[in-house]
Amino acid sequence: MRLDDILRIVIKLLLPFILLFALYVQFHGDFGPGGGFQAGVIAAGMVILYALVFGVRAAKRVVPQSMTAAMVPLGVLIYASAGLPALFMGRNYLDYGVLARDPAFGHEIGIFMIEAGVLVTVSGTMTVIFYAFADRGR
Amino acid sequence: MTQLVIMVLLTLLAAVTVGVIYTRNLVGVVVLAGVYSFLMASVLIALDAVDVAMTEASVGAGVSTVVLIATVYLTKSTEYPRPRKALLPLAVAVGTGAAIVWGTYGLRPFGAPDAAIHTHVVPRYLADSVKDTLVPNVVTSVLADYRGYDTLGETTVIFTAGIGVMLLLRGRRRGRPGAGGAGGGA
Amino acid sequence: MQLLSGLVGHYNYVVAIFLMVAGLYIVVARGNMIKKLVGLSLFQTSVYLLYIAPGKIVGGTAPILDPAFTVYSNPLPHVLILTAIVVGVATLALGLALVARISEAYGTVEEDEIFAKEDQE
Repeated sequence: MRLDDILRIVIKLLLPFILLFALYVQFHGDFGPGGGFQAGVIAAGMVILYALVFGVRAAKRVVPQSMTAAMVPLGVLIYASAGLPALFMGRNYLDYGVLARDPAFGHEIGIFMIEAGVLVTVSGTMTVIFYAFADRGR
Repeated sequence: MTQLVIMVLLTLLAAVTVGVIYTRNLVGVVVLAGVYSFLMASVLIALDAVDVAMTEASVGAGVSTVVLIATVYLTKSTEYPRPRKALLPLAVAVGTGAAIVWGTYGLRPFGAPDAAIHTHVVPRYLADSVKDTLVPNVVTSVLADYRGYDTLGETTVIFTAGIGVMLLLRGRRRGRPGAGGAGGGA
Repeated sequence: MQLLSGLVGHYNYVVAIFLMVAGLYIVVARGNMIKKLVGLSLFQTSVYLLYIAPGKIVGGTAPILDPAFTVYSNPLPHVLILTAIVVGVATLALGLALVARISEAYGTVEEDEIFAKEDQE
């Protein structure tokens, strides 16, 4: 039995829980420590761990380069567009109070949207950076 | 008790930093930098900065270590010993440090509740966060709502870094290191 | 005596400044570019410590509002340092990409050798 086998089996069991933990940190950022940045880095860490054990080529089949390169600006777009409805209503940019009938709930929706944007950008960027460094050596 | 824990962790941090200065093997330097990040995350938890500790642990001990190891692998080097003693940088460093230490004597002692930063906007943030945004985590509500512009700028900075690394490192190497010349690569 | 008691009360700040100065020394006095970037990262992390330490209130808790607590540590430095950490890692990634390209172009990452090669051309 090669020592490789232990690593591969354990990592295969562990990866879904890492993704689940990243989503938990993202959505519970309102009620405990967490938020978009931490969740994005943990999600990218899942991809990096998969690539370290199974090879960058296998990781690129699961999370393609084109998808991660598209995620990088998409998050910024989501963030910026969360502030636009307020501009169309005549209020300040990034004033989330217009997103719902109750201003406090509107603020909560706005925070949710921008944290989603931050998650997309951060996880995309960290994965893109890893792929760029890993590809250069081959 | 908290203060004692923080003091012990800070002493360990100082020891790790001295280790980074004197280690010449670059993989060892990278591992020590990862240890430094983890110790700093522990100190930050003892200072009640839980969001910051999670970010420092994941970003500093996670992504930074991966990117540093990748670069050491790409460049395959060990640090050379310097041929001359670095007395001027040491003098500059010690002088700067002494000046800043003299400056911190104006700060309140550690943990004092009457420091200047606890006035102005912070009591308003703590009192109004749940009323304005329905979010109990004040750090998230300040980051995403009260100071949302700064976070937009920060997201743009991350985007720029991703684009920059993609532009610099996309594509295969042109030849072996050193054989390509200064103009190698598009 | 006054100096000594002031030192104990300010031990956190003194050690944070020692870490800052050590990081600065690595950036200035070492020639290997990867080590310089590691020194820069140590410098930045020590600044985070120096920034967050005055925000702590003894007897307070993390700034997550809850009916059971009344005293909270200051959340504002946490927000600013969160941004700083992410910007720091972005800078580190870009710097290391540049170091990788420099090593492909010159064959080395020691700054003395690069200056020597530049002088020869």
